[in-house]
Amino acid sequence: MKRNRNKVFRPTAFSFPYLAVTLVFVIAPLVLVLVYAFRGQDGGFTFANFREVFTEKQNVMQLLQTVGIAALSTGICLLLAYPVAYVLASKPFNKWAILSLLFIIPMWINFVLRVFALKSLLEMMGIGKGYFAAVVGIVYDFFPYMLLPIYTVLSNLDKSYVEASADLGAGPVRTFFRVTLPLSVPGVVSGISMVFMPVFSSYAITKTMGDADTTVIGAKIASLFHQRSYGVGSALSFVLLVLVLIVMVVTNLLSRRTAKAPKGGKVA
Amino acid sequence: MAANDKTNDFEKIIELKNVSKSFDGKAVVKDLSLSIRRGQFVTLLGPSGCGKTTLLRMIAGFETPTSGEIYIGGVPMSSIPPYKRPVNTVFQKYALFPHLNVFKNIAFGLKLKRIADPTKPAKERYVTKQTVVDGKVRRERVKVSVEATRKLTKSEIADKVNRALKLVGLEDYGHRDVNSLSGGQQQRVAIARALVCEPKVLLLDEPLGALDLKMRKEMQIELKKMHEELGITFIFVTHDQEEALTMSDVVVVMNDGIIQQVAQPKKIYDEPQNAFVADFIGESNILTGIMEKDYTIRFLGKTLACVDKGFEKNERVDVIIRPEDIGISAGPGQGHFDGEVLTVVFKGTYYEMEVKAGDYEFTVQNQVEFQKGAAVSLTIAPDSIHIMKKLITINKFVGYVYDEETICFAEGDWEIPAQGFEKGDEVVVQIPFNAVELTDDEEDGVIGARVAQSVYKGTYYQVQVITDTYEDFYVDTADEWDMDDRVGIKIDPAKVLVDAYVAPEETADEEK
Repeated sequence: MKRNRNKVFRPTAFSFPYLAVTLVFVIAPLVLVLVYAFRGQDGGFTFANFREVFTEKQNVMQLLQTVGIAALSTGICLLLAYPVAYVLASKPFNKWAILSLLFIIPMWINFVLRVFALKSLLEMMGIGKGYFAAVVGIVYDFFPYMLLPIYTVLSNLDKSYVEASADLGAGPVRTFFRVTLPLSVPGVVSGISMVFMPVFSSYAITKTMGDADTTVIGAKIASLFHQRSYGVGSALSFVLLVLVLIVMVVTNLLSRRTAKAPKGGKVA
Repeated sequence: MAANDKTNDFEKIIELKNVSKSFDGKAVVKDLSLSIRRGQFVTLLGPSGCGKTTLLRMIAGFETPTSGEIYIGGVPMSSIPPYKRPVNTVFQKYALFPHLNVFKNIAFGLKLKRIADPTKPAKERYVTKQTVVDGKVRRERVKVSVEATRKLTKSEIADKVNRALKLVGLEDYGHRDVNSLSGGQQQRVAIARALVCEPKVLLLDEPLGALDLKMRKEMQIELKKMHEELGITFIFVTHDQEEALTMSDVVVVMNDGIIQQVAQPKKIYDEPQNAFVADFIGESNILTGIMEKDYTIRFLGKTLACVDKGFEKNERVDVIIRPEDIGISAGPGQGHFDGEVLTVVFKGTYYEMEVKAGDYEFTVQNQVEFQKGAAVSLTIAPDSIHIMKKLITINKFVGYVYDEETICFAEGDWEIPAQGFEKGDEVVVQIPFNAVELTDDEEDGVIGARVAQSVYKGTYYQVQVITDTYEDFYVDTADEWDMDDRVGIKIDPAKVLVDAYVAPEETADEEK
């Protein structure tokens, strides 16, 4: 049995500062949102806010629109990032240089500044504000978050699986679809959650680069709060939260089913 | 399958011709030639880094030889990718697909396999045939009849997988997750997965390395049994000499990218070709001796009878004596060497003793125990003394730097760049056998020498020349040179290695 000699300074004690921060800045606001969502004008408990959320057609439409934009941008990110990650992981490039070019250097520039720069760039190319520009903006900004997890999984993939597949008669294409792709699912799933979820709730890019068609639910919430309609705004936030949770649970289940992480060399 | 075909029993299933492989300029396999007969259990044995795994990977197709050619069933493999080769591999860490269960792992290869389908008529296809006539490449379209093929049906696959599972003793494990299996079970699945594809050759890359001793012994016996039952060729890589000796029909001992000996296990043990093999296979006492004449060897100041002949008069040779071949008796003056017992260790069925006789410490194994400090005498029978040519793999000289472009050794001024050294620095110059060139006219070489020996090595001659100051040069050359001819020696500076000279006391351990 492990024995802790000092009862006060157990290893878990090191996480207390973070726990405190979480309590004040994450848990407390969530509780506030919950309270506001179920509180009527008179201060009593009510479902009226939710009723308003679901009865207003515009809300439902914007919710669907948000899902659409998030799914589309995530899909494009995945299609763009997977081949890049695959090539990076399998070929002897100067990986550090390329990765830093794709991932680190863009971070040196402020997010808002990048969006504005991209907007001007697109305008110079004759592409104005709209659905296309908004999706381009999102893909541009979130691409690294898709690339990195997939690259990590692919570069840590034991090469002997690929060799075993070739050894058993599978050509490069078959090997990719039967071995490499299924084994990289955990990376794809974490890439998807790292792109889909923030895109789902953010509205800065769509607001800057899009038009009426790209108004996302985040923007709606912001405007509700600006109008001091805290109750409905909180209810809508709560719905968004539940939706994101559902997506997270589903992707995690999917990843657990398709790929069991290899446990390395087990010795009998 | 093929093994039943008795007429082809001695056919060479695998042939390696002058295969070399280097990684980043470092040679791992050096000009290696080897043929393996159909149906044999061949072990590639050697210390880690000797190139045995690289050799296996080249046969499997995961590495491409830098030069040379590998033939499987007479077909050159250089342009054939691994997935089209008639071999299957059992990997060192098994490499079972973690996303598939046991059944699906074994079925993986079967799902891709195509077999002849006699129910359908043969198809006619045009292929481009390339022939070389008078040095010109001629291409023509030829009509060939191609047998119709089909994939295996689900029930055929299930049948084969279940039979493979039975073969490795895991009948009820088909649905199991591979990660839930023990190391030994994973090992069996890996073997089943490779065997189920019915390869002509099964390659095994240190497959028992991760198992504990008991499990390893069991698997050795089982693998041997499988080999006998299936009759296909096994190529087994290991660094465990006992494993190699118990399992194989033929053992290929490798060191430093070069084959040291190819022979049956018993022969490898009883008649090792050189000191390396003797040292690597079992325990050995290795001494330096002088062959006074045929059947007479002198070492440790005594002249003894032996059964070897055919050496030069007074040639310096390696003398190898197995510890169990040395007779030991009490009291001095009884045998060939008098000595004193330094240590005694009981090894289960015998005692292992270190006996100091003269300058040498003999390892002696005997059923009778002698006390530490006891005066004993050692007797060595003539047929227990194995005499071997000194193993030299590279020409090595100690010289000094004359200027940036010149190094002096063996009474010659050689044009070898000496960057990074000061004038007058002592250096060790290593010259590979193939970097030395002999010239007909003595004057064309940097120094002159006399041809002492010319040995045909299968594809080239290894020539030993002795300079006027009695320095030996070994040369690999395509030409045969006559004994006692005067020749000149030249060196290709590009292939020469120059290192700083370190006093021998410090390097002695490293060299061993």
